[in-house]
Amino acid sequence: MLDDFMTRAALAGVGVALAAAPLGSFVVWRRMAYFGDATAHAAILGVALSLALQISVFAGAVAVALAMALTVTLLTGRGYAMDTLLGVLAHSALAFGLVAVSFLSGIRIDLMAYLFGDILAVSRGDLAVIWGGAALVVGLIGWRWSALLTSTISTELAYASGIDPKREQLILTLSLAITVAVAIKVVGVLLIAAMLIIPAAAARPLSRTPEQMAFTAAGIGSASAVIGLHAAYALDTPAGPSIVCVAALVFLATSILQSVRS
Amino acid sequence: MSLIAAENISVSYGANMVLRDVSLAVEPGEIVTIVGPNGSGKTTLLKLLIGAERPQSGLITRKSGLRIGYVPQKLHIDPTLPITVERFLRLPGGTTRAACATALERAGVPGLSHRQMSALSGGQFQRVLLARALINEPDLLLLDEATQGLDQPGSAAFYLQIEEVRQKTGCAILMISHELHVVMAASDRVICLNGHVCCEGAPEIVSAAPEYRALFGTGTGGALALYRHEHDHTHDETCTHNHAPQDKETEAAE
Repeated sequence: MLDDFMTRAALAGVGVALAAAPLGSFVVWRRMAYFGDATAHAAILGVALSLALQISVFAGAVAVALAMALTVTLLTGRGYAMDTLLGVLAHSALAFGLVAVSFLSGIRIDLMAYLFGDILAVSRGDLAVIWGGAALVVGLIGWRWSALLTSTISTELAYASGIDPKREQLILTLSLAITVAVAIKVVGVLLIAAMLIIPAAAARPLSRTPEQMAFTAAGIGSASAVIGLHAAYALDTPAGPSIVCVAALVFLATSILQSVRS
Repeated sequence: MSLIAAENISVSYGANMVLRDVSLAVEPGEIVTIVGPNGSGKTTLLKLLIGAERPQSGLITRKSGLRIGYVPQKLHIDPTLPITVERFLRLPGGTTRAACATALERAGVPGLSHRQMSALSGGQFQRVLLARALINEPDLLLLDEATQGLDQPGSAAFYLQIEEVRQKTGCAILMISHELHVVMAASDRVICLNGHVCCEGAPEIVSAAPEYRALFGTGTGGALALYRHEHDHTHDETCTHNHAPQDKETEAAE
């Protein structure tokens, strides 16, 4: 079954969508969208470094994405507004990454594959990494779900319940780094934030509880991956962007549904 | 033994000393109210007690196994987060549906379980926060200006509810309030805070104290002073302890 490249691509897309759904919900609730972007952009630097050092791209991307996320967390509230800080760090990381890639003269790399993903070239090994990473993220968030939700609603209520919101923030940061690293192959660093935010935002009008929103986002994300992939095959369009387009259309549909209802 | 005790705690943010050498203790079953002008460190003190902040010096001791219920000053739930009252009450977990229903009833808002948090009125929202604080049957209830944004009848009803909660559950209550007339009627003990503890004791003693009058005026037990008091104060000559250095810092903070 895994011999078919379309099957492997679909499985990869669904794997990323499943990890992105609960994490993306938190990104939306905590208004961390730009934070996700910054982490994703930093990953291209990780890709360049891992190619230069000849280590696995996944490990390099996780390490740099994590370093980026931790830097942002540490620097927050020290003089610069969050969005300025993220704007500086995200785009500098991307720029340094692109420059670093150009130094790798000995290796021919397809930069486009890392910027926009190369889902049709997913190997069995990639699939194992994607599903392993996704399982780790879903496991982490599932384990800390209630504590994460409480600290998202109010840090003071969290403290009063004996939860340390800073530790929960770290869990999200770690999950974000892993998700970014596994999603590079599927949608590329430029569209990872879209996979996090769009399905979750599209699920909002359909949900009454946080759990419903996360599950609905998983459904919308997975469906977008499968439909987008087939659309890309039929219309001969790039696969990663096609997946994001489908998710965006679902978002449009549920938004219209909401305004019709109210 | 006290439920919770703070001994000589001091906190400063940068050069601003917010709390200086503050000590207080809450005994089982009593209602203690902290009054004080804006910027007097009331909220900081409460945050220290729930463990959200740490003092630079001093010690906070809790009775072992102390259960704290906390009602924050205000709570903003992002509109992108869908959540029903019941789900909110059951955070962070281990709470049964029946306990939710009981807590809502105690807080005076039965039957709201399936409403969205975003669809509640201000008064309902505060009562749901109260219900959440009550849900694990706390020994100590901490309220930080819990009636902010409620109108006069609304807040009066809210405080009656608090009194009823104390009678039914026997929990101690430590609250911050601006509404002096309510404070004077409902508290066993009042602590007047302005960076340091200005004075404390039974409501009638505190309302007669020169330090309190200097802060809140001499009106009808403070009821009118509520609308009159200034953000800073000068103590009259009858004052027995030295306020001078603290006052300077409070001014700087404001």
